[in-house]
Amino acid sequence: MEGIRSNKPGPRPLPTLPPDPLSLDIDELERAFREVLSASKTTFLEPEKLAGYVRDFGADKTIVSTLPELGGTLDLVTIDDPLQLAGVDLTILHARLGVAENGAMWLSETEMVHRVLPFITQHLVLIVDRATLVPTMHAAYRRIDICETGFGVFVAGPSKTADIEQSLVIGAHGPRSLIVCLR
Amino acid sequence: MTTHAQRAATFLEDGPRTDWHDKSLWHVRSKRDGSIAGIPEWEALRQLGSDIKDNVLSNLDTYLEEFEQRATANGVIVHWAKDAEEHNRIVHGILARHRVDRIVKSKSMLTEECHLNQYLEEQGVEVIDTDLGERIIQMRNEPPSHIVMPAIHLKKEEIGQLFHEQLGTDEGASDPQYLTEAARQHLRAKFLAAKAGITGVNFAVAETGGIVVCTNEGNADMGVHLAPVQIHCMGIEKVIPRAEHLGVFTRLLGRSATGQPITIYTSHHHKPKPGGEMHVVIVDNGRTEQLGREDFRNSLKCIRCGACMNTCPIYRRSGGHSYDHTIPGPIGSILSPGLDLKKHGDLAFASTLCGSCSDVCPVKIDIHAQLYKWRQVVSEEGHLAKSKTIPLLGAGAVLSRGGLYNFMGKAARTALNIVPRAVVYNRFNPWGESRELPEVPKESFKEWYARTQTPEA
Repeated sequence: MEGIRSNKPGPRPLPTLPPDPLSLDIDELERAFREVLSASKTTFLEPEKLAGYVRDFGADKTIVSTLPELGGTLDLVTIDDPLQLAGVDLTILHARLGVAENGAMWLSETEMVHRVLPFITQHLVLIVDRATLVPTMHAAYRRIDICETGFGVFVAGPSKTADIEQSLVIGAHGPRSLIVCLR
Repeated sequence: MTTHAQRAATFLEDGPRTDWHDKSLWHVRSKRDGSIAGIPEWEALRQLGSDIKDNVLSNLDTYLEEFEQRATANGVIVHWAKDAEEHNRIVHGILARHRVDRIVKSKSMLTEECHLNQYLEEQGVEVIDTDLGERIIQMRNEPPSHIVMPAIHLKKEEIGQLFHEQLGTDEGASDPQYLTEAARQHLRAKFLAAKAGITGVNFAVAETGGIVVCTNEGNADMGVHLAPVQIHCMGIEKVIPRAEHLGVFTRLLGRSATGQPITIYTSHHHKPKPGGEMHVVIVDNGRTEQLGREDFRNSLKCIRCGACMNTCPIYRRSGGHSYDHTIPGPIGSILSPGLDLKKHGDLAFASTLCGSCSDVCPVKIDIHAQLYKWRQVVSEEGHLAKSKTIPLLGAGAVLSRGGLYNFMGKAARTALNIVPRAVVYNRFNPWGESRELPEVPKESFKEWYARTQTPEA
C-alpha cells in the first residue's frame, strides 16, 4: 500500500454520469428489448400461454416455479444443498427489471432463492413486467441495489459459447433455452 | 531465446491458416463496429470509462482500502499478495484448510499470469478450467492465445480429434454443437464434484465491497454456487469507485470484446452463500511498479476486452502464442516489457504503430504511443538486436549530414538499378526477407523540386 501511495499519479477528478433521458416511451423500450433479446436467441411467450407451456413441458420433468399461480413439481423449501438442484429441467422466476439496450434482466437472491438455480436448470423462463423496463445500464444500476442480497445477476440470454471456430452454440453450461414472458 | 519475429515466422509458414486466423479476428472486430453503431454516445462513453479509470489510478490506495473494509463487513475474507508466488500460496492455503483436492476454475488471466494451475497440480490438487476454450487448451497443455477467445487459433477438426482422444467423442466428428454438448456433459460432472470454485474478477466495487464476473457460458456461476468455497482472484487495478460506474463498464466491455451488447451473465458477488466461504485475493505482481512509470501507468486502465488484439494487423497475422506472454497483442506488448525488459522488450517492435489499437480501446489507452516509448527504453537500456543497432548507426550518420545524405541517395538510385538482386536481398538484410523495395525513381524529390519549381520572383 505504501508503494501505491508513492507511485500513484496526482489527483484526477471522478466524472459525473449523464442523467437519464426525461421522457420514455414504453413501447419504444419494449420494441428494443424484444429485438435485442431475440438476437441473443431468446424467445417470447404471451403470459396467458405460460400455463399451457408448462403443462406440455412433460409430466415426468422436474419443474421449479416461484409464481404463486403456477406450481412446480419441486418445492424449493425442501432444498438445503444446491447439488439437489442438479436434476431441474425447467425453472420459472420473476426478474426485477429489464434493460432495453441489451435485454439484460436483473435477479437477486430474492427472485432466484438459490444462487445456482438460474444456471443449473436446463431451461429458464423469466417473467418481466413491462413497467420495469429501463433504457440503459446506467438507469438499471440507479434502480437496483447490487448489495441488497449476497448475490445478484443480469441475465441477457440463454447460456452460450463461440469458442469453437466462432460458431455460436446455445447451451454451454447453463440453460439451453430462455423464454421471456413480458406482461 | 527466440524473438517475436522468429515465432511469428513459424506461424506464417502455413499461409492459408494465417489467412483464416486473420479473417476470424477481423470478423470479431467488425462485430464490434456493428454493435457500437447503435450507441450514438459511444465516444463520450469511452471518455467516461477513461476518466473513471484515471481517477481510480490516482486514488488506488484509498479505493482498495475501502473495498477491503466493505468486503470484510460483508463477511468476505480478503487476502493481499505481493507477487505470483504469494498468490499461489494463499490460494493453496485456503484449499488445504478445507482439504480440497479438486477445483473448478473459470477464466482468469491473473491466475494464468501466476501459473496457478501448475502450482496447484504440483500440490496434488486437480484443476479443471471450465470455460470451453480454456478447457480445450488445458487438454492440449497450451497457454491461451487470446484473452477472450483462448482457442481462437484452433480449427474445429483439431478440437474434434482432441475430444475424440480425451472425451470419447466420435472419431472425425467436428460439429461445434456436438462437441460443445460433449464438453457440457463432461464439465457438469466436474461442477458437481468440485469442492471449491475459483474465478477471475472483471470489476471490484469499492463502495459496496463486491466483485463482478462476466461470462457467456455461465461456467463461473456453476462453479462458485455449487462448491462450498469460492475464491475470486484480482489484480489491484480492478477496483472501481461506485456501483453506478458498472453502468459505464458493462456497456463498454461486451461491445468492445465480441460485439455483444452485454455478456449473457453479469454476476455480482457480495456475500458468501449460506454455509459457504468467500475469499478475494488481491494481487500486485508488478502493478505498483507499473503505476510508478509515468509513461506507462495508463496500461493499468485495461479492462481486458481484447479489442486491441482483434484489430491489430500484427496479432492477426502472428497469433497469440508468438507473443510468449500471458496477455498477447498490443496491450500485452506494453504490459510485459515492464515485467522483464530483456525477455519481452522485442514486443515493442511487434507493431506497425498504425494506432488502430488506441482507436478501439474502450478506456482510451494510448497503446501505440506507449509501444513507441518502450522502443526508446529498450534502445537506451541496450537491448536492441544488432540487426537494428548497426543499420541505425549508419542511418544516424547519414541523416545528420546533408551532403552525405544527398550523395548516398544518388548512389543508391544508381546502384539499386544495376547491382544483382542478391547484393540487396540477402541474409544481412532481414528487412528484405518479406518486403520489396519500391521501384527506384530516376531523381530525388529535391532534384525534382529544383527542376520543376521556378523560384518566385
